[in-house]
Amino acid sequence: MDATILGFLLLDALQNGVIYGLLAVAMVLVFAVTRVILVPIGELMMFAPLSLVWLQGGKLPGTLGLALALGALWALLERGRGRGLPLLGGVGLLLLFLLARGSPALAYPAAIFLVVYLGVASYRVFFQPLREATVLAYLIMAVGLHVAYQGLGLVFFGPEQYRPEPLLSGEVLAGLSWQGVLVLLFALLAVGGLYLFFRLSLFGKALLAAAENRLGARLCGIRPEEAGMVAFAIASLLAALAGLLLAPLINAAYFMGFMLGLKGFVAAILGGLLSYPVAFLGALLVGLFESFTSFYASAYKEALVFLLLVPALFFQSLRARAVEE
Amino acid sequence: MRRWLVPLLALALSAWAQGTLKVGVVVSATGPAASLGIPERNTFLMLQELLDRQGGVAGRKVEFVILDDASDTTQAVRNTRRLVEEGVVAVVGTTTTPASLGMIPVVAEAKVPMISLAASKDIIHPVDAQRFWVFKTPQTEELMARAIVADMVARGVKTVGYIGFNDAYGEGWARFFEAEAKAKGLQVVASERYNRTDTSVTGQALRIIARRPDAVLIGASGTPAVFPQRTLKERGYPGLIYQTHGVANPDFLRVGGKDVEGTLLPAGPILVAEQLPSAFPSKRVALDYIQRYEARYGIGSYSTFGAHAWDAWLILKPALERALKKADPGRDLAAFRAALRDELEATKGLVATHGVFTFSKEDHLGLRFEDAAVMVQVEGGRWKLVRTFR
Repeated sequence: MDATILGFLLLDALQNGVIYGLLAVAMVLVFAVTRVILVPIGELMMFAPLSLVWLQGGKLPGTLGLALALGALWALLERGRGRGLPLLGGVGLLLLFLLARGSPALAYPAAIFLVVYLGVASYRVFFQPLREATVLAYLIMAVGLHVAYQGLGLVFFGPEQYRPEPLLSGEVLAGLSWQGVLVLLFALLAVGGLYLFFRLSLFGKALLAAAENRLGARLCGIRPEEAGMVAFAIASLLAALAGLLLAPLINAAYFMGFMLGLKGFVAAILGGLLSYPVAFLGALLVGLFESFTSFYASAYKEALVFLLLVPALFFQSLRARAVEE
Repeated sequence: MRRWLVPLLALALSAWAQGTLKVGVVVSATGPAASLGIPERNTFLMLQELLDRQGGVAGRKVEFVILDDASDTTQAVRNTRRLVEEGVVAVVGTTTTPASLGMIPVVAEAKVPMISLAASKDIIHPVDAQRFWVFKTPQTEELMARAIVADMVARGVKTVGYIGFNDAYGEGWARFFEAEAKAKGLQVVASERYNRTDTSVTGQALRIIARRPDAVLIGASGTPAVFPQRTLKERGYPGLIYQTHGVANPDFLRVGGKDVEGTLLPAGPILVAEQLPSAFPSKRVALDYIQRYEARYGIGSYSTFGAHAWDAWLILKPALERALKKADPGRDLAAFRAALRDELEATKGLVATHGVFTFSKEDHLGLRFEDAAVMVQVEGGRWKLVRTFR
């Protein structure tokens, strides 16, 4: 191995690592607030670029129907004034999509809004009615949703991959495309933004409080349902943006999300599903590990990456107190 | 009057149903192999319509019982059991190699002839007690690897690298390609694997480039095959890039765009049917299939995979006609299935879309290399014939 190869591998590791990092942070956030392990985050991530490709081709994606159907269920579950949000959101989404069919500039916000709406509606319809359930029950529901969304992805978008046009084409230097720079910049912005959100805004503080101690937060007038929705909205937003930026580099397809989500999950586990910085560092480690194993022993790459879980879980089991909230 | 009508109708219906020949079809219409399985299913749907119009085979109605295995071996085996119990005369399918291998013990135990639509040579070789019942239509990796290596030798390639799927498809190709390459004096300098869900193949690409092979073969299928090729190009790989016939669908060109320009691949002759010399045996049959498929599903919609299903029926139909003269499926299904198997094996010189089939006791693939493979290059976003081996 020489310096050029090392440089390429490090850049590759960084680019993949930050994506896993964003997914890991989103998963930690959702887990902290709602105790849901967000397995379907990979599908949400893939729905964004695939819907975008459909819109740019002048077609309405099937995900729109899914989002509107879940939105309608959400409205049914709410009472009185609570119905305003899902109904307004649904109408807005439909309008945005109809407009975006004619103008490509609107396609990006439309795809992002779709995924966020879908994410929040999924929480309201599938997870909130289970409130106070065990982590296992949530996990089973999450895995079920992942399987369902992946299957629907195949129905909506077909079995093949799609490649949206990159926002910026060309290379900055050998091994790093402008699109790759965008991905890195976005990761930096997202992490910084989240930090500021949690430190400075009242909403962010309320979320942190709800994650720290739900009963206490409730006594202070923070509604855990609302906190859950906000957590899901942030996670879906991160997933949608990451998916849109990443798709031109990796080709989006309905089956691509799960592995990304799983690697993000490995990173989140490395952080004990608790710590944002450790999860992000864990993600960079996963990226690094993956990049080098793909160079040295490509046939065993996946096995080696998931083997990382074993020491992490072992360490956690030594440290953890055997209590569940 | 009305009192008689219902039982009479029922009687007529049951008599008509008895005359129906049920053919079981298992394809991967969903899951990772769906891009191959969907055109296969479409071909059988089209055949069903055609046969309903024409009145079936030898005066008997033909019914295809089409089941989806979701690219899953367990499901394929379960489907096969169900089809056998439903009394099908033969099973066609399935799309993928692992699932086809799983179906073999089931059909062998029930003594039902089967025509697989999957690639691997292991499905029909060696013809042992179980594979006695099994035939297949697609070219094997071995046959296609021969075409690739012949083309490489003709272009003066000395060293080759390989990167393929980390699954049965990629492993099968690695095995047959590397053996054939070594036999023809080529040196295999790198052999890498990747997964279709991978978000980066930079490590593998760098390793291959560092070894400086004259040509690289990518052992992958469908659109995920674009990814290593693009990475190789981006990292400045200057040599020839070969793909397998698993990429021969329009989606590969759509996703690949400029990145796959100049790609060389072996293919069944139907891929470039219009460009074949008029003496090429399968040209007319291939054009006929393409015309029918496009009339039903739209211009440019056909793929070579659906044609494997069409070939399976082209083989099955005359065998059914001959077997019907020897046994009656309504009276003795087991005898009919055995007769059908014998008649399948007796197929000689049958011109289909992918070549000419001649089965024998030792050969249940029946394709000759010269008729079944051509070399194709991507040029201007289209497939262009560059070499036939006749």
